[in-house]
Amino acid sequence: MSDPAMTTASKTGFRFEVWAPAILLLAALMIYVIIAVSTGQTQYLTASNLISILGRSIALGITAIGQTFAILVASIDLSVASLISATAVLASVIMNGDPAMILPAILAALALGGLVGLLNGLVIAKLEVNPLIATLGMSLIIQGCLSAVVSNFAGSVPVEFQLFAYGEIGGLPASLIFLLVLAIAAWVVLRFTKFGSDIYSVGGNKDAARFAGIQTDRVVVYAHIICSVLAAIAGLYLASRLRSGAPWIGSDGVYDLESIAVVVIGGTVLAGGRGGIWGTMAGMMIFSLIDSIFNVAGVDAFAKQVMRGVIIVAAVAFYAVRSKRMVA
Amino acid sequence: MNKNGVTPVIEMRGISKSFPGVRALNDVSFAVEPGEVHALVGENGAGKSTLIKILSGVYQPDAGQILLNGATKSFTHPVQSLKGGISVIYQEFSLLPERTVAQNIFLGREPTRRGIIDYAAMRAETRRVLDLFGAGTRVDPNAIVADLDVATQQMVEIAKAISLNAKVVVMDEPTAALNEAECEVLFETVDRLRERGTAIIYITHRMREVTRLANRVTVLKDGEVAAQFDHVPKPGDIVRAMVGRDIADFYAPFATENEIGAKVLSVRNGQNDRVSNINFDLSAGEILGFAGIQGAGRVALAMALFGEHPFTSGKVRLNGKTVAFTNPRDAIQAGIGLLPGDRKGEGLVLMQSVRDNGMLTARAFDTLLSSHKANQYADLASMDSLLDAMEVKASSYDQDIGNLSGGNQQKAIVARWLALKPKVLIFIEPTRGIDVNAKAGIYHLMRDLARGGAAVMMISSDLPEVIGAADRILVMRAGTIVDEFTHGATEHDIMLAATGETEVAA
Amino acid sequence: MTDQPLSSAEAPKKRALPHINPVYFLLAALIAAILLQNPNFAEPTGYMNFLKRAAPLAILAAGQVYVLVSGGFDLSVGSLITLVVVGSSMLTNNDPSATLWVIPVMLCIGLAVGLINGLVVCFLKVPSLIATLGMMITLTGVSFMWSGGSPRGYLPDTFRFFGRVNIMDIPVIRMLPVALIVLIVVGFALYWLMHRTNFGRMVHAIGDNPQAARLGGVPVNRVRILAFVVSSLSAVVTGILLGGFAGVSTDVGNGYELQAITAAVLGGAQLLGGRGSVPAAIAGALSLQAIFTLLNFLGLPQPVRQVVQGLILIIAVALAMYRRKRTGR
Repeated sequence: MSDPAMTTASKTGFRFEVWAPAILLLAALMIYVIIAVSTGQTQYLTASNLISILGRSIALGITAIGQTFAILVASIDLSVASLISATAVLASVIMNGDPAMILPAILAALALGGLVGLLNGLVIAKLEVNPLIATLGMSLIIQGCLSAVVSNFAGSVPVEFQLFAYGEIGGLPASLIFLLVLAIAAWVVLRFTKFGSDIYSVGGNKDAARFAGIQTDRVVVYAHIICSVLAAIAGLYLASRLRSGAPWIGSDGVYDLESIAVVVIGGTVLAGGRGGIWGTMAGMMIFSLIDSIFNVAGVDAFAKQVMRGVIIVAAVAFYAVRSKRMVA
Repeated sequence: MNKNGVTPVIEMRGISKSFPGVRALNDVSFAVEPGEVHALVGENGAGKSTLIKILSGVYQPDAGQILLNGATKSFTHPVQSLKGGISVIYQEFSLLPERTVAQNIFLGREPTRRGIIDYAAMRAETRRVLDLFGAGTRVDPNAIVADLDVATQQMVEIAKAISLNAKVVVMDEPTAALNEAECEVLFETVDRLRERGTAIIYITHRMREVTRLANRVTVLKDGEVAAQFDHVPKPGDIVRAMVGRDIADFYAPFATENEIGAKVLSVRNGQNDRVSNINFDLSAGEILGFAGIQGAGRVALAMALFGEHPFTSGKVRLNGKTVAFTNPRDAIQAGIGLLPGDRKGEGLVLMQSVRDNGMLTARAFDTLLSSHKANQYADLASMDSLLDAMEVKASSYDQDIGNLSGGNQQKAIVARWLALKPKVLIFIEPTRGIDVNAKAGIYHLMRDLARGGAAVMMISSDLPEVIGAADRILVMRAGTIVDEFTHGATEHDIMLAATGETEVAA
Repeated sequence: MTDQPLSSAEAPKKRALPHINPVYFLLAALIAAILLQNPNFAEPTGYMNFLKRAAPLAILAAGQVYVLVSGGFDLSVGSLITLVVVGSSMLTNNDPSATLWVIPVMLCIGLAVGLINGLVVCFLKVPSLIATLGMMITLTGVSFMWSGGSPRGYLPDTFRFFGRVNIMDIPVIRMLPVALIVLIVVGFALYWLMHRTNFGRMVHAIGDNPQAARLGGVPVNRVRILAFVVSSLSAVVTGILLGGFAGVSTDVGNGYELQAITAAVLGGAQLLGGRGSVPAAIAGALSLQAIFTLLNFLGLPQPVRQVVQGLILIIAVALAMYRRKRTGR
C-alpha cells in the first residue's frame, strides 16, 4: 500500500518470529555442511542422504503436526508418547502377520487415538483441568494399561503394511510423501477453513472468541482429537518401521517432549494463537539435522541425550529471552 | 412505547445489582430509541460499566428487566445480546492482536464456501464497512492488528459493530486514548451511525462530547439515576447531578504553607522511550497531582521513577542525592513507594490474607530466614493496628484479601507502605473501582500521609479528584509535562492543557 | 458508607470449625481401609515399614510444594534421584568410608541443578515445565554417561544406612527406621521454612502474583531460584534414602516427579501457584503410598498403580477446580 496515511497507522516491519525458524534451519544446515566437509565425510552431503535424514524423523513430524494443533489452542499434549506405544502395539497385535487384518488394525488404532483425544479434550475443556496435568495423567493411564498387558514386542506386521515405512514412490520414501501430504492438509485446514480460523481465535483470546459466538470448548476438544489421531498414525508408522509394536517405543523416542520442542522451535508460541505448520516442519528438519550433526561428528549416544536436553531448553529460550514478562 | 410513540430499541427497567460488599446498581431505568445518541455519564464507580455488562449479558441483574424492541429478554451470555443486535465496544479491546483486521471483523462468522473461508469476500466487505465511515484509507484489511495504533484499533472495533448490523452500539469512553483529530473522526462516525438509524449508548465523563453528540442524557451517581434529560442540558446541570455532594467534606483540606516542607525529589531532563524532557520538584508534605489523557505518559513517568522502566537519561535527586534505580526494589530501599493503578493485576496477592498483603514489603526487606511475624518495619500486632486505624473491614485479617471490597483492598496496600514510612509515595488511580463513599477515606489517608511528612504523587484520570485532592497539578501530554496549576484550577483549563487544544467547545 | 450495610456479606456466617484440609480425612480413611484388609498393620512392623517406604516420596513432595506454590513445576527431580543413586555408587566405588564425602558432593550437585533450573526460568524466561523437562533429559543422559549405561556394584552399607536401617529395641514402638527420622527432621525444616519465615510467605506471593510481588519489593528471581534449589535438595535426600532400599539402576527415579506432584496436589497445592502446604503434601504422599499398599493387598499388578495414579491426579485437580468455581476463588 502506498497510501501515506496507511504508514502512519501501522508500524509494519521485520517480524522476527516469522523468520526465526528459517534462520535456524539455515544455520543448522550450514553447521551440518561445515562439519561434514571439515571431517572429510562429504558422502553425507548427497541428496539421498539428506532424504534419509528426514526419513528418520517421520514419526516425530507426524506427532508434531498434531501437537501444533494442541498448542495453537493454548493447550498441550504430553500423552502422545504413550499413545504412540499403545497404538503401535494394538495395531501389531491385531494384524499379527495377517494382511487381511491391516484395515481393522488401522481403524482400531485411529479409534483409540480419537477416544484418547476426546477424553483429553473433555477433561481440559469441561473439567478445566490444567492441560499439562490432564495429559500427564492420561499418559500414566495409557502406559499403565499397556504395561499390564504386554511387556515386550507383541504381534507382527505383515510385509504389505511395512510398505508404509519402507515403500518408495518415484524414488522418494512413501512415508516422506505421506508426511508432506499431511502437512499440506494441516496447512489448508489452519489457513483456509473456518475451523482453522477458530483455532487461532481460541488460542489467541479465548474470551473474545467466546463473546464472538465461537464454541470454544468444542474447538479445544477437536484440536485434541486431531493431536491424538495423528499420534496414533505415528504409532502405526513406527509399528510398520519396527515390524512389530513394543510398549516402550513412544517413551524411548521422547515423542511428547520432542514434538513440543519441534513446535516451539518452529515459532508456534506455547501461549497459543500464533504459529503454523511450516514452522513445525522447519523445526522437525532442524531436529533431524542436529541428530545428523551428532552422528557425523561422532558424538556418543549418551552425550547426545545430554545435548538434546540442552538444545530443547536453548530453543525455547531463543524465543522467550527477549520478552519482558516474568515466567514461572 | 414512550410519549413520542416510538418503541425504544432497548429499554432497561428497574435494574439492580449487588456484588459482595458493594451495591453497584439500584433501580436503574433507561431507554434508547433508533437513531439517537443516549449519553450515559457519571463518575468512576457510578455504575456505568456494570450497567453495560448487564445489557450485554456478562452479568445477570438481581432485579429488573431488559426489553429489546418491546419484548422482554434475558441475556445470560454475550453471544445472545450480540445476536439481539447489541454490540459493545469495551475499553479493553476484544481484538485478537495476531490476526488481521478482516479476520477480527469477521471473528466467529467468517464467510465460507464449501467449508473454505472466502477471504476475498471478507476483505471486500471489510473495505466496504471501513469506507462507510471514512476509515478505508487509514486501515488495510490485511494489516495485523498488533501493528496498528490504538485509535486505528478502535476503528476496527467500530467497523466490527457496523458489519454486525448492530441496532444498538455501546461505546465505553471511546475517546480515552484518542487525540483531537482522531476524536473528530470518531464523532463523525457516530453521526453516520445515527443517520443510519442505529441507537448509540455513549459512555463518557467529558461534557464536551455530551454537548457535541448526545440527544438524551442519563446521569448515574452511586449506582442510581441522578438525573435524566430529554434534551441536551447545560454542562453545569450535568456536573451538579454527577457530583451532587458537598465537595468540602469529600476531599481533605489542602496543605497550608507551613505544612509544605523541604524539597524531597527533583527530576531534571528525565527521558526514556515513553517520556521525555521531564522536569519537576516534589516537596515533603505536598500532594502533587498528575493529570492528562490516557497514554500521556503519567504512568510511564511513575514507573521510571520507581525503577520498573527506568529513565535512560536525565538526573533524579532524592533528598539531595543523585539516584538511578534500575528496579523497584532499589527504589523502595531508597524510600519510594508505589500503589499500582491495576490493583488486582499489579498490587494484590489475591490468594493471601489481608495481613500478608500488608506485610508483603516489610518482609521483602527483612532477612529471608527470619520469622514472618516480625521485622524491623512491622510485626503482626503493629500491622493489625495500622489496619484497624484505617478501618479496614474484614471478618478477620486472616481472610483472603480477594474477598474484600476495592476500598478495603486499597487500604491494605496503603498499610503495606505505611509500615515502611517512605519519603515519596506514588498513587496511581488511587480510587479506581472504589465505592464512591470509600473514596473520601482514601483522600484523607493521602492527606494524613502528607501531613506526616511524606511527599505524595497522585496520578489520576478522574479530573475532579485531582482538582479536589492535589495541592499542585502537573499536566502531561505526549510523554512530557506541558503545564502546571495550583489548586483552584478548573476542569476546563486542565483539559485544555491535557488535549493541547486552543479552544474548547464546552 | 455504602460499604457498611453490606459488610455483613463479607463476614462469614459464624466462627465455624477451623478449616481442615480434606487430605487428612482421605489419609485417615485409607489407613482404616488398610487396617480392615490387614490388621497386622497396627503392629509397629506394619506401620513403621509403611512410613519407611513412604518417606522418600513424602520428602520429595514437600520439596515439590515449594516450586508449585511459586507458580512452576519441577519435573527434573526423578532424574536427579537417579543421578544421585548412580553417581553415589560410582563415587563410593564400594568404599564404605567414602559415604562421608559423597553425600556432601551429592548435595552440591542438587544445589547446582536447582540453581540452573532457577536461572534458566528467571533469566532465559523458559517456562519451568520445559526448563525442568530439558533438565530431566540432560540428567538422565548424564547418569548413562557416568555409568557407561550399566551401573555396577552396590552402595556401601554406610550409605544405605539412611534408607534401610531400623533402630531396634525401642520401647513402645519397638523399631524406628532411620528414614522416618530423616523424614521428620527434613519435613519439619521444610514446614518451618515454608510457613514460618519471610521466605515462605514470599514464595506464596510470587506464585500468587509475580508482578505485584515485584512492585512490592520482593526479590522475585532470588526467591524463585531458591524454591528450585529447595526442591532439588529434597530430591537429593530422596535419592539417598532410595539408594538404601532399591538397587543401583538407571531407572530408580523414573516417575517420581509425577508422584510428587500428585501428592502435593492431593494435599491441596494449587497448580500455577499461590497456595500449598508442606504438611498436607506429606499427608498427600502418605495417602498415595497407602493407595499403592491397598492395591498390593488386593493383588493388583504393578502397572495398575500407574493407572490409578493418573486417575487420582486428574480427579484431584478437577475437584479443586470445581470447588474453586463454586466458592468463587
